[in-house]
Amino acid sequence: MRLILELALTHIAGRGRQTVVAILGVALGVGFSIAMAALMQGTEKDFIAQLVDTMPHVQITDERRTARRQPAEDLFSAAQFEGLRPKEDRRGILNPAAAFASLRSWVPGRMAQSLRTQGVVRYAGRDVGVAVIGIEPETEARVSSVAGDFVEGSFDSLRAGGNNIVVGDSLARRIGASTGTTIQVVAPTGQSRGFRIVGLFHTGNNARDEGETYVLLKSAQILSERPNAINDIRLRLDDPEAAPRVARQAEAELGYKAVPWQEANESLLEALVVRNVVMYTVVGAILLVAGFGIFNIISTITHEKARDIAILKSLGFTQGNMRRLFLIEGLALGMAGSLVGWLIGFLLCLALSQVDFKVSGAAIGREMTRLPLFWSPWHYAIASAFALISSGVAGYLPARQAARLNPVDIIRGAT
Amino acid sequence: MNLLIEADHLTRILPATVPITLVRDVSLTVGEHEFIAITGPSGSGKSSLLYLLGLLDRPTSGTLRIAGQDTSSLNDDALARLRLEMLGFVFQFHFLLPEFTVLENVKLPMRKAGRLSSTEMRGRAASLLEELGLAGHLDKRPDQLSGGQRQRVAVARALANDPSVVLADEPTGSLDSKSSEQVFQILQDLVKKRGKTVIAVTHDMDIAGRVDRRIHLVDGAVVSDERVTQPVA
Repeated sequence: MRLILELALTHIAGRGRQTVVAILGVALGVGFSIAMAALMQGTEKDFIAQLVDTMPHVQITDERRTARRQPAEDLFSAAQFEGLRPKEDRRGILNPAAAFASLRSWVPGRMAQSLRTQGVVRYAGRDVGVAVIGIEPETEARVSSVAGDFVEGSFDSLRAGGNNIVVGDSLARRIGASTGTTIQVVAPTGQSRGFRIVGLFHTGNNARDEGETYVLLKSAQILSERPNAINDIRLRLDDPEAAPRVARQAEAELGYKAVPWQEANESLLEALVVRNVVMYTVVGAILLVAGFGIFNIISTITHEKARDIAILKSLGFTQGNMRRLFLIEGLALGMAGSLVGWLIGFLLCLALSQVDFKVSGAAIGREMTRLPLFWSPWHYAIASAFALISSGVAGYLPARQAARLNPVDIIRGAT
Repeated sequence: MNLLIEADHLTRILPATVPITLVRDVSLTVGEHEFIAITGPSGSGKSSLLYLLGLLDRPTSGTLRIAGQDTSSLNDDALARLRLEMLGFVFQFHFLLPEFTVLENVKLPMRKAGRLSSTEMRGRAASLLEELGLAGHLDKRPDQLSGGQRQRVAVARALANDPSVVLADEPTGSLDSKSSEQVFQILQDLVKKRGKTVIAVTHDMDIAGRVDRRIHLVDGAVVSDERVTQPVA
């Protein structure tokens, strides 16, 4: 076996420039794959991190996954009813204090309750439909990312006496209001009240900056004529990955719909899967091309070394020996290419991580200045595995051909 | 006397649109200590017969026994093993591996056989080369040697695993007369001093006249098989 290895290495070494080209082909393939994988996974992680950061990890609302059974159905189990009109439920999470307390006992993380209702902001003859969210400033600040996005004031400013409101800066601009302005908020119940703007926030997400307003929970309850009601509990977990489990448990316990962030963003996460498929396809294609380079050089070697093959066979080397010889040559090139590729990949990542640029990331609510790169030994392993497989195949095909060569044909041809 | 090679009605037909018969119904036996020349005009199938006897090619029909073993039932790997241990080849062109030194070239078959230790292989290769007058050239590469020297390296390589039979295909075909003589002497010594059997294909009538036995082929068939002088004892 050592003999075969030595022969293989001698063959490769005998073709300096071509060997370098073949190795570089693989190396570039491996290097770019690594850099690309790092970038793709880095942006993905970054994206999810921001997603997780700006959203509640689990949101419990006063809805149910399936319609409630009607009293008539419960009373008369044998009969079937059709066309029943659902009894009007009192909207909101029932007995919120108890629900909140029971959640607090086991949920690993922080939570906040709120009453979310629709309203119209009216100022200077302009009407803008908004979400009016009644909150408790202390708990909200620990759950919501908006707390960190204030341009002026804060959630705590709501407490400063009277009817106060916090709005997004885009909304304020749109209606021409600013801090200190008193605006009218009209609720679906017909209630209308004046609120003084005490804070402006800028999340970078236009829908939120234009469409969300925060008031004290009490004010929201009065405005919507639902004393003591809440319809939204949001959880911020210590471990965002635990969200689905926590959501399931909360839903089982309370009976209300609890949505983990993964479910809320299913379509986005699916898009990421598609992105990964695209990436691996491209990476695979790059390495396939590198494989052709190896195929080329091994074929050339087998053609050039036909005499060697003949002589080795006449000396008593078997077909298997010959196959192994050229297979090893292919793998050796693949391996050398992988190693150089690791270096190239590493350097590329290093270079990319130094790139400085400005993108206003309005859609994700934050501004990027550095490319997010994710380093993983798996990228290196997968790229090399791909390279080795393709170089193995690229070596094997000509190797099989070479092994089948009849030494007589070559010896005859030479004489 | 033990029979090393027993050929029985060997025929080799090259499959083509018009099949070509390379070797036609050849039967012969070869014993120990024989120095045989296969002669004949160009295209008479001399080399083809040699390749058949050397297990490089398989006959279309007929049977071939090497040291009493029927080779027709053996697979390619078994034939390769038999070549490695029983047979040594010398071709018209030296066919040395250009990237390896003279010593490494001679060691190659021994390493493949894997019976000797590294130092034993080195010692054996060196002594073979010294006996063939190449003492000072062990670490040279083949392209640094003359044609005659290369051919002697090829002989040393053929002897590496101490085979019973050395098959030579026009061993002097590409050499000048002085080198030819040297190589011929070496082949003769293999028979006389080492007790090998040498079968050489040649159209050099000078050489053909000095061997023990001469097999003459025409159109792939044996037309004469005669002992020229007293067989070497």
